[in-house]
Amino acid sequence: MSGPARTPAEPATAPALEARELEVRFPAGRGRWARAVDGVSLAVRPGQVVALVGESGCGKSTLARALLGLQPVHAGQVLVDGAPLAASRAGLKAYRRRAQLVLQDPMGSLNPRMSVYESVAEGLRIHGVGDEERRVAEALGRVGLRPPERFFARYPHELSGGQRQRVVIAGALVLEPSILVADEPVSSLDASVRGEILALLLRLREELGLSLLVVTHDLGLAWNIADRIAVMYLGRIIEEGSTDEVLGEPKHPYTRALLSVVPEVGRLEPVVLTGEPPDPAAIPAGCRFHPRCPLLRSGLPDEVVTRCHGRALPVLPVQGPHRAACHATDRASADS
Amino acid sequence: MGPGARYALRSVASGLGTLLFVVVFNFFLFRMLPGDPIGLYTRGRNVPPEQIEALRAELDRPLLEQFVTYLANPFASTINSARYNQPVWTLIGDRVWATLLLVGTAIVLASILGTWIGIRAGWRRGERFDRVSTGVTLTLYSMPEFWLGMILLITFGVGVGFVPGVFPIGGIITPGVDPTSLAGVLDVMWHMVLPVTTLMVVYLAEYALVMRASLIDELGEDYLTVARAKGLMDKVVRRRHAVPNALLPTVTLILLNLGFVVSGAITVETVFSWPGLGLLSYDALRGPDIALLQAIFLLFSIGVIVANIIADLLYAVLDPRVRA
Repeated sequence: MSGPARTPAEPATAPALEARELEVRFPAGRGRWARAVDGVSLAVRPGQVVALVGESGCGKSTLARALLGLQPVHAGQVLVDGAPLAASRAGLKAYRRRAQLVLQDPMGSLNPRMSVYESVAEGLRIHGVGDEERRVAEALGRVGLRPPERFFARYPHELSGGQRQRVVIAGALVLEPSILVADEPVSSLDASVRGEILALLLRLREELGLSLLVVTHDLGLAWNIADRIAVMYLGRIIEEGSTDEVLGEPKHPYTRALLSVVPEVGRLEPVVLTGEPPDPAAIPAGCRFHPRCPLLRSGLPDEVVTRCHGRALPVLPVQGPHRAACHATDRASADS
Repeated sequence: MGPGARYALRSVASGLGTLLFVVVFNFFLFRMLPGDPIGLYTRGRNVPPEQIEALRAELDRPLLEQFVTYLANPFASTINSARYNQPVWTLIGDRVWATLLLVGTAIVLASILGTWIGIRAGWRRGERFDRVSTGVTLTLYSMPEFWLGMILLITFGVGVGFVPGVFPIGGIITPGVDPTSLAGVLDVMWHMVLPVTTLMVVYLAEYALVMRASLIDELGEDYLTVARAKGLMDKVVRRRHAVPNALLPTVTLILLNLGFVVSGAITVETVFSWPGLGLLSYDALRGPDIALLQAIFLLFSIGVIVANIIADLLYAVLDPRVRA
């Protein structure tokens, strides 16, 4: 395994960013609610890289937005350095200087009418930070756009996909944040450019001590860069642990199914999930995965089957030992 | 030569190409019309036979020769307007100001109000302002402008029930008032109220709907989320990011409509007897007054072509992607 050195699971400091039983709901018509995020607890410690993994529609992007204060929260809390995220405009603005967002599509993330310089300098102008030109040049240099002055007057349409994503990252870095939330940061890029951008993110973690939350549907990517992995299914984290634990000994049948189709792993029989696609407006009772669960289908003791169908699972504790929300495979969950 | 200059040159050159095509087309179109142009020209008037002969001699010249003469100077009028018995370009020159005043005022007001309504509605999509304004603008947009003009004319010009008809029912100025005096200027403005309102309302509805739609298109864009995540206030995100990008289609539309400034609103000018080019073309069509129509066609085409060139150039200023 060529991944980075793993940081210990339980340092004493407060997480840089934490969600506590967070819920985000959207009206789904006729009085129903889509529970996009349905009780999520998640933490990113200083200098840690956490990958939030799940299929599209599982609520991972909504969770990322809620963590940045971009999405009204129905219940639960977002904590920054152990303190609840301020709801006031000034408090939110101060937070937004510390936490930055990088999105999937670098073309869409840049205003097409703004030059590279203007795009990168925008954060500085919003927060009234001086010494603009030096900081912009430094940020561009840091993401590997050198010499930076050559890129100042360019427009997004004149750049390659990789260069655009570097500009987006420079625009995030220019404010010297301590938290970076990257929502599918490389999935719209060419394979050759992906590695470069991922290496860049890891280098920034080393150099600047960034805490990184990477949202992705790609377990292979998570395996390459993350210290910890949280697997999300239908609005809930269903497995969480260090990368080695989650990918080495996956506990949840959903994680196993996801992992079985990652070519880098290639040691599991491919499991193809069947059954109805998940709908956040109609979350199944009991274990939310049970209608599609290959383990349940293959036969379990009656006593476990009853629990799968009828007994809801607790929200997993934050950054504890490796845990999965499964009645069949995780003793701790089954007992609680 | 930079890419910007090359782009400008290309726009102007393609405009000139279109103009050449229009001139050629405009010449042959009127040669293909059925009927006897001299007969139409002299209809109902006592014209000496030798003058008719002179006109026929002019039209009997070889087609190619006539074409070359027309190409050399399409603005030289050899035949007067049949209806007004004046050189056609003099006639157009007299009328063009009334149209510019009417349509120009309407478009300026409509662009300001229309984009404002569109921005407000689109930004808060689905809220009350949006629901009301979209309903109203759709209704106005579907209304034939001449019909709306007649309703306004009857209601506020003639008066219905307790609504007094305070506005003049037609024309641009009360006969006998000096247009250069203060009273004259106010009188013209008073005459403008109803026709300008009619035209403005129709344009406004279109601008508001287009502006709203393109702003809503823009709302899902990631760079707005990124700007918000950086701490930009919602209001500023709208002003600095969303609106400038969403304005592009509206600007195009306004500029293309500007091309129709000279052609005026034929129906609105007719309803309000506004002595502009629209009313002139209506009269020329009824004749038909062929010489006048030919000149008017040429002028209208030039208007649209020039507006297109301006739109092209302005687009390059507004959108860096176009310059490349």
